[in-house]
Amino acid sequence: MILRRFLAGSAAAALLALPLVGSPAAAQQEEAQYFPGLPYRSGPYAPSGIPLGSGYADYLAMLQARDGGINGVPIHYEECDTGYNNDRGVECYERLKDSGPTEPAAWHPLSTGITYALIPRVTQDEAPMLSIGYGRADAADGRVFPWIFNPPITYWAGADAIIQYIQAEEGGNLEGKKIALVYHDSAYGREPIATLERLAEEEGYELSLFPVAPPGLEQKATWLQVARQLRPDWTLMWGWGVMNSTAIQEAAAVGYPMDRFIGIWWSGTEPDARPAGQAGAGYKSLNFHATGTDFPAIQDILTHVYDQGNGSTERDTVGEVNYNRGVLNAAVTVEAVRAAQAEFGERPLTGEEVRWGLENLEISLERWKELGLDGFAGAISLSCEDHEGGGSAYVQQWNGSAWEPVSDWIQPRNDELRPAYEASAEQYAEEQGLELRDCSAM
Amino acid sequence: MNTRVLTWLVAVPAVVIGLGLLFQLLSLVEPSLYFTWAYYLEVLIGGTLQGVMYSLVALGFVLIFKASSVFNFAQGSMVLFAALTMVGMIEWGLHWTLAFLITAGVMVVLALVIERVVLRPLVNQPHIILFMATIGIFYFLDGLGQTLWGSDVKQLDIGIPRTPIFILESVFEGGILVNQFDIVAAAIGGILVLVLAIFFQKTRIGRALRAVADDHQAALSVGIPLKTIWAIVWSVAGFVALVTGVIWGSKLGVQFTLALIALKALPVLILGGLTSIPGAIVGGLIIGAGEQVAEVFLSTFIGSAIQDWFAYVLAMLFLLVRPQGLFGEKIIERV
Repeated sequence: MILRRFLAGSAAAALLALPLVGSPAAAQQEEAQYFPGLPYRSGPYAPSGIPLGSGYADYLAMLQARDGGINGVPIHYEECDTGYNNDRGVECYERLKDSGPTEPAAWHPLSTGITYALIPRVTQDEAPMLSIGYGRADAADGRVFPWIFNPPITYWAGADAIIQYIQAEEGGNLEGKKIALVYHDSAYGREPIATLERLAEEEGYELSLFPVAPPGLEQKATWLQVARQLRPDWTLMWGWGVMNSTAIQEAAAVGYPMDRFIGIWWSGTEPDARPAGQAGAGYKSLNFHATGTDFPAIQDILTHVYDQGNGSTERDTVGEVNYNRGVLNAAVTVEAVRAAQAEFGERPLTGEEVRWGLENLEISLERWKELGLDGFAGAISLSCEDHEGGGSAYVQQWNGSAWEPVSDWIQPRNDELRPAYEASAEQYAEEQGLELRDCSAM
Repeated sequence: MNTRVLTWLVAVPAVVIGLGLLFQLLSLVEPSLYFTWAYYLEVLIGGTLQGVMYSLVALGFVLIFKASSVFNFAQGSMVLFAALTMVGMIEWGLHWTLAFLITAGVMVVLALVIERVVLRPLVNQPHIILFMATIGIFYFLDGLGQTLWGSDVKQLDIGIPRTPIFILESVFEGGILVNQFDIVAAAIGGILVLVLAIFFQKTRIGRALRAVADDHQAALSVGIPLKTIWAIVWSVAGFVALVTGVIWGSKLGVQFTLALIALKALPVLILGGLTSIPGAIVGGLIIGAGEQVAEVFLSTFIGSAIQDWFAYVLAMLFLLVRPQGLFGEKIIERV
């Protein structure tokens, strides 16, 4: 068993070290579209990073095996393990950016910290970077962040969606209700506070904040305050890594009702809820894509990649939350490449051309279906100004062994969020001395 | 009765009541500070039980430091490796008791290998060299565990109940909430400490261990086999790591962040001293209770998420009074 796992790991590592195109590849590689990968397969966050990075790599491998690439253009994939470490993330970026046969199509740092570190570099290198479900919320303003994209939904929109869900559960009225936020005491964890405070003023609920010092191994005092002192009607969580599983178990330990405890999408994966087992049953979280393997595209991954022994993680992981999030990352990027190919021709594209594809990206519900991902995510529509795309999210609930959807898709109130993105982005532009891009000419 | 014990018996309730009265007074001045005696005791009991688990982690450090004057940087990764191995065995279909016994054997083998491959070639080297060797062991075990057992977060369930219960309901309205898991974990920790105390104080090997801890050269000169003692003490530390890993793994899930719980032992060691088993225990209890009380009752004044650094502040405050730690050996330097 151990030997088998070791050999499988070695084989996967060897495969990942190779480009996805066949050999002899020199001539063929020159015609390949280059996709660099920045997963975190080692370190304390590897339980999340391995499926996330593998979903991305496997979707590309499936397209290569099934279709010979994207519209006949082969895919060249290379990855570098960042270990979820900012320094290594930058080092990996520098190492990978010139190692492909053509310019990188797009970057996915898979970490808010690495995203922040790479923003100046991708801007200088004119390479598109996507932070799907993480990173800066105000990067939704394409006038200030021309190379950064954060579809389909930001943390601020996520906070809005959770409050809408709670409002519906409470019969439409939040006046006088108590809502607590337990959050990772970092830039990421503090992201929703401004939105929640604004909504508290509008909706009349009372917001209480409970920061947790990273990594969050110890939260007994926090949960005694939440469950024994404040006794809120609802508790939200913006957690990461071990903080999530600890919070769920501590909440259960003090008898907090699990069905009134809702996490953001990074607090709603299998590694977060699984350690609590049945004690965590009823816990909820937001998600912006479907889970499971019941999609033709994911079945194709199993057939064309795993059945051939080329999967980059264990087969059981396929369909889990983080894995499917990786698939979404890849699918959005590939659709942008397809859009750009329609404009510039079916050949390997430059970063600038892929950015054009991103800014003209339209993934309707019908298009998701054509991709073999019917109902997988909400519609996404990007533009020069809007790099978020107005995506939606839903609430899922842990049943003790798996996640189950318990709400319809919730559309965040973007009319109210958009001015906040623009104000924050303009402030950033002013601090950095940046000139706003004129999108009317695009 | 021993004067020191008597002092503790008087001082601890006095400090607990004194702090309670102080917080009650503060709650009158600052209405946003919530205080009831039941809530205060709830936080204090929860923190003390948590402190037993800190003591367990600290104990592994103390054992190895006592025998070899080495600060074992790898203790956290030993905890993780032990827990991963045990979960791996359970996943193979073994009952957890059998998995526990086999893992204890694995930890003994690991100790023997560490003694033979890492420590023996470094006998009589400066302590810093041995310390750096343990950093190497940390990274090796971290990587080995991941290679053998994968990176997934694993659930470890050995049947410890997790239901919250209410005690003293006749004294306080609504009672005081205590989780059964914390009580069981504290009981296991207490039994382990008792067994180790007997082992160190009453057995021949224990006396030899203490002799080695005092002076390697002197111990060797009277015929105590240093290599055997090191192998034994690393085996015992491995067993303590296993018990720690089982309890923390049951609580948090077995995952690579488990190695970070070693950080929770540092303020305990500063407070209790690196060479004292009672110090590790009492230090753990003080840090556990102190940080929880501070987080709940001082956060109104100095902000939340303070418990991690407050543990160090608490330890430093004690050091101002007793630089050698609570039970550490007094350093006397003659010039």
